[in-house]
Amino acid sequence: MKWQPAAEPDTLRQRALLLDRVRRFFKKRHVLEVETPLLCQHGVTDPAIEAYQVTDAQGDRYLQTSPEYAMKRLLASCDAPLFQICRVFRKGEVGPRHNPEFSLLEWYQPGFDHHQLMNEVAELVIECLGKRPIRKKAYRDLFLETVQIDPFTDPVEALQNAAHLHLDTGALSGDRDLWLDLLMSHVIEPQLDGLYFVYDYPASQAALANIVSDGGVRIGQRFELYVDGMELANGYCELTDVREQRRRFIADNALRRKRGQLQRSIDGYLLAALEHGLPECSGVALGIDRLLMLQVGADDIRDVLAFDWGRA
Amino acid sequence: MASYSTNEFRSGMKVMLDGDPCNILDNEFVKPGKGQAFNRVKLRNLKTGRVWERTFKSGESLEGADVIDVSLEYLYSDGEFWHFMDPDSFEQYQADATTVGDSHLWLKEQDKCEVTLYNGSPLSVSPPNFVELEITETDPGLKGDTASGGTKPATLSTGAVVKVPLFLNEGEIIRVDTRTGDYQNRAAKV
Repeated sequence: MKWQPAAEPDTLRQRALLLDRVRRFFKKRHVLEVETPLLCQHGVTDPAIEAYQVTDAQGDRYLQTSPEYAMKRLLASCDAPLFQICRVFRKGEVGPRHNPEFSLLEWYQPGFDHHQLMNEVAELVIECLGKRPIRKKAYRDLFLETVQIDPFTDPVEALQNAAHLHLDTGALSGDRDLWLDLLMSHVIEPQLDGLYFVYDYPASQAALANIVSDGGVRIGQRFELYVDGMELANGYCELTDVREQRRRFIADNALRRKRGQLQRSIDGYLLAALEHGLPECSGVALGIDRLLMLQVGADDIRDVLAFDWGRA
Repeated sequence: MASYSTNEFRSGMKVMLDGDPCNILDNEFVKPGKGQAFNRVKLRNLKTGRVWERTFKSGESLEGADVIDVSLEYLYSDGEFWHFMDPDSFEQYQADATTVGDSHLWLKEQDKCEVTLYNGSPLSVSPPNFVELEITETDPGLKGDTASGGTKPATLSTGAVVKVPLFLNEGEIIRVDTRTGDYQNRAAKV
């Protein structure tokens, strides 16, 4: 039986150094470190993310998939920049870049738009990894340049054809977002070298980002950071409108129903906080384990975890 | 046959895809943080040998293929079929030229071969990694030349042609690595 750690002792030391460096970065910027519950009454509604359900005599709880809802409640009450380093849990996500339990760094900057936050993300990542080229490109331009399709206006058949040029997908079928996710993760992402920010997503992929109209299309003010072909962080200019937030919760559940997934109760605490007033802000979540992978040059997340899923 | 979901796919698992039995070589979970999950699967078509990658939606499933690897004794060839026998059950199997492929160059009667059976019939035949075969045709040996490093072609009893050192003669038995077709050493005479 393999009881020993998966990671080398030096990698474990590198992890400690990385956590220390991240904390110093935020201390210097007067960003307050906070902790929020891991076991919450409401699970995430996002149909692409499944939470672990934990049985409790007073009603089931969910292991958090991100501290987003709780941190926004803190923001609504204290209006100060906040960060948290915590464990999050996502059911079924096991692979060379996924472990169902992983460390997430999440932070919020009141008064920042997503471009200002991208700059801060770049500063942190460069402080951890050393100098690397930084690029920024709108999601739409990136698709036009790499796979020659307009992700906002081209019909779903065009997206499908673009995917078939590069990949064997057999009988795979799905909506626009499935083909966009496929092209992004299989074809485009591996080409994104250095620090590569992609911003302004189709509204259907806005998640919890603010949506604006621009040039006849609806754009989610969301960004992703890729480093050397690997997704590292996801951020938003945050949605602050309570009615729109409720509408998205309901839409998520409708999509869950359509896909045969379990419905999720709507987090009334978050809605009440938004009702009270969430300051205009931007927030981002960054995978600490992946940042460590980049720092030590590991190809597999197991190499940076003391005990990966298989030996946890 | 049971069916398997993408999250159960393991290397070595045999599944049916587009009507052909395939061997799973690799299965990678790919998922954008805020997007749908996929499995990028590397497969070998066991009929054609083709290796390629196909992407599935996570959670999709494939039917298992009735494919097993067995160790069989090679009996003989009648020109059209190669005949094998299970040494335990004495059950006999026949494989055609397509199934045997280049392996026929290394099949010696009574040698044990790895045979892949699909629905009970041979799908492919792998010879042992090393076989001992007789040289049936080669230029006369240069006596005493065991050090010059030169080689010459030699035809073996199965029809295979391998490069051998100059000192070897017809009628001698040599050991060959069937994966590379390389001469290994002179074997003891039978």
